[in-house]
Amino acid sequence: MPRLSIPTMRSSFHAAALAALLLAGVASAQDTTRRGVTIGLSYDPASRPGVVVLPVAGALGDSVRAIFQRDLDYSDRFTIVPIDASNPSTFRGTTPGAELNYPLFARLGAAAVVQLTVSGGSLHVALHDVAKAGVANVEDFALPAPPLSRDWRRAIHGAADEMERWVTGQKGIAQSRIAFVDGPRLRVIDSDGAEDAVTTIGGQALSPAWNSAGTMLAYSTFGSASRIVVYDLRTNRSRVLRNATPTNTNLTPIFASDGASIVYAHADDNGSDLFMIGIDDNMPARRISVGRGTDNVQPTFSPDGRRLAFTSGRSGHPEVYIMDADGTNAELLTSFDFGDRNYRSDPDWSPDGRLIAFQSQFADGRFQIMTISLRDRSTKLLTSEGSNEQPSWAPDGRHLAFASTRSGVRQLWVLDSESGRLRQLTRLPGANLPAWSPRLGTSATTNAAARP
Amino acid sequence: MTRSSRSVVRPVVTVALLSAGMLSACRRRPEPAPAPAPAPATPTVDSTAIRDSLERLRQQREAELARQRAYDDSVRRANEAASSSAEQTAIRNTITAVIHFDFDRSDLRDDARATLDAKVPLLLANPDVNLRVAGHTDERGSSEYNIALGQRRAASAKRYLTERGVPEGRIETVSFGEERPVANGSDESAWAQNRRDEFEISSGGARLTRPRS
Repeated sequence: MPRLSIPTMRSSFHAAALAALLLAGVASAQDTTRRGVTIGLSYDPASRPGVVVLPVAGALGDSVRAIFQRDLDYSDRFTIVPIDASNPSTFRGTTPGAELNYPLFARLGAAAVVQLTVSGGSLHVALHDVAKAGVANVEDFALPAPPLSRDWRRAIHGAADEMERWVTGQKGIAQSRIAFVDGPRLRVIDSDGAEDAVTTIGGQALSPAWNSAGTMLAYSTFGSASRIVVYDLRTNRSRVLRNATPTNTNLTPIFASDGASIVYAHADDNGSDLFMIGIDDNMPARRISVGRGTDNVQPTFSPDGRRLAFTSGRSGHPEVYIMDADGTNAELLTSFDFGDRNYRSDPDWSPDGRLIAFQSQFADGRFQIMTISLRDRSTKLLTSEGSNEQPSWAPDGRHLAFASTRSGVRQLWVLDSESGRLRQLTRLPGANLPAWSPRLGTSATTNAAARP
Repeated sequence: MTRSSRSVVRPVVTVALLSAGMLSACRRRPEPAPAPAPAPATPTVDSTAIRDSLERLRQQREAELARQRAYDDSVRRANEAASSSAEQTAIRNTITAVIHFDFDRSDLRDDARATLDAKVPLLLANPDVNLRVAGHTDERGSSEYNIALGQRRAASAKRYLTERGVPEGRIETVSFGEERPVANGSDESAWAQNRRDEFEISSGGARLTRPRS
């Protein structure tokens, strides 16, 4: 299929203009008089432009199409418009030179059509603007061999994420992964739930946490010899932080945003407190919180690194607190108003800094996921079915992974906090303590051990 | 031995055996009385034969007595071993007895105190014994917060023991949170069993003794 010679649009102004035009396409496909609509401010998150992903030729075509289309679907920013892929005449123009049947797509409610071509080691993405009846943008993405491998899939996720940015102004999150606990082991899967090999890291492990480059996981071990461990996904090697208070119990580590230090909780014969340790492990850990015999665990950093939220039992029962990163100015964030039982815990600070997600216990003993705004302390209840715990924000600050018993067995689910849409992420005997990675660049980390 | 000394030894040995035979006959009353010792008589043709047969009898009796003693010894040793091993088990069971907690609490109930009270003298009487206390919770609540609660429960038991004289350095505290339930199920019966401290002898204790009262 010959490439259309339309100049690519690179500036964000043009991308936003495209967004406005696509919206215009959804609103009124036949209206060609809307021009020069001011953009940038007007992408409405509640609108979901219809998208068609055309069938892809070649032996890998179906796989490529399925992955790409699912990424757009899971973003909750598009409406996938189904077409009859087996009958090309339904979407090909019949007049010579007419590549696509734009009027048909407009009638189907699509604002954009994605045309994918796999050739050599690359994926060619052409985005068609239905209202303009032409190609809006094209780009090539390297597709590493072997096909269907994790790196190959990651490249397709990257292409879908980039296409999302053309339309919405914001990069997608398909190119990210979720670490979690399965029985005694840590595992990592792709954000769409796919995994080709189980990346098993450690035994008796809990509480995985990503660094901001997405190259390392910190986790803790429990029982005797409880430790803080750093696992490098690039080398598949683990390293125990020996200066992290080697007695009693260490738990809930997180990376600071510069990746150079870790904050974790240490529990001994006098309650538990938060400590900070350099990742090069050549200095003793430094205490941050002063719990005076109470329990202070589960730290989460604000995106600017200046504050920490954490769970503390200092009032007599677990609540979420925030304090400055040096341990000063601790204040209560949650209270009994947000549930009927005195128990709130498992905070996670959203990537844009606006919200903290947490779990709150209600009269029947079940937990539900809630968010609280840092700006005005308003709260929102996000779940209601089953018991829902351990929220972890996706890098878009909109989706959340969490553990839920709604299907009977505790599994990981993904929630879109804007539309309320839910999808089940794991289908295992049990899954727990999810941690959503940052966006992972295509150029980053390959896990050598997981290559098939 | 020279021929001459041998001839001296034999009658000496014979007399010794005779005496021993008579003494042992006196000690063990139920036994049939040995044949009366022959009168110290001038050697006749028959006395040598009689002396020899008596000698044989005596040796048989000695052997029988020795077998009896050996049997009695082995029975006594077996009894000692059995009671010692039962005793070891009993001491070990007291040291490792589990204590339980109320929901969301780490303070000690009265029954827990009583169980810990029984451990104290045994730990003091066996200074080579080191203890690992592991705190556990039921499945409710935050998994991660439950690791801290388990640690708090282990610390609670340790404090009780150290306040009663057990040296701190002999007790290690760890936590398994909700990760190692002993009872499966989502009801109070299972939850109550899971809210516990377990006690493990981490070193020493090969030969446990009770305190000398």
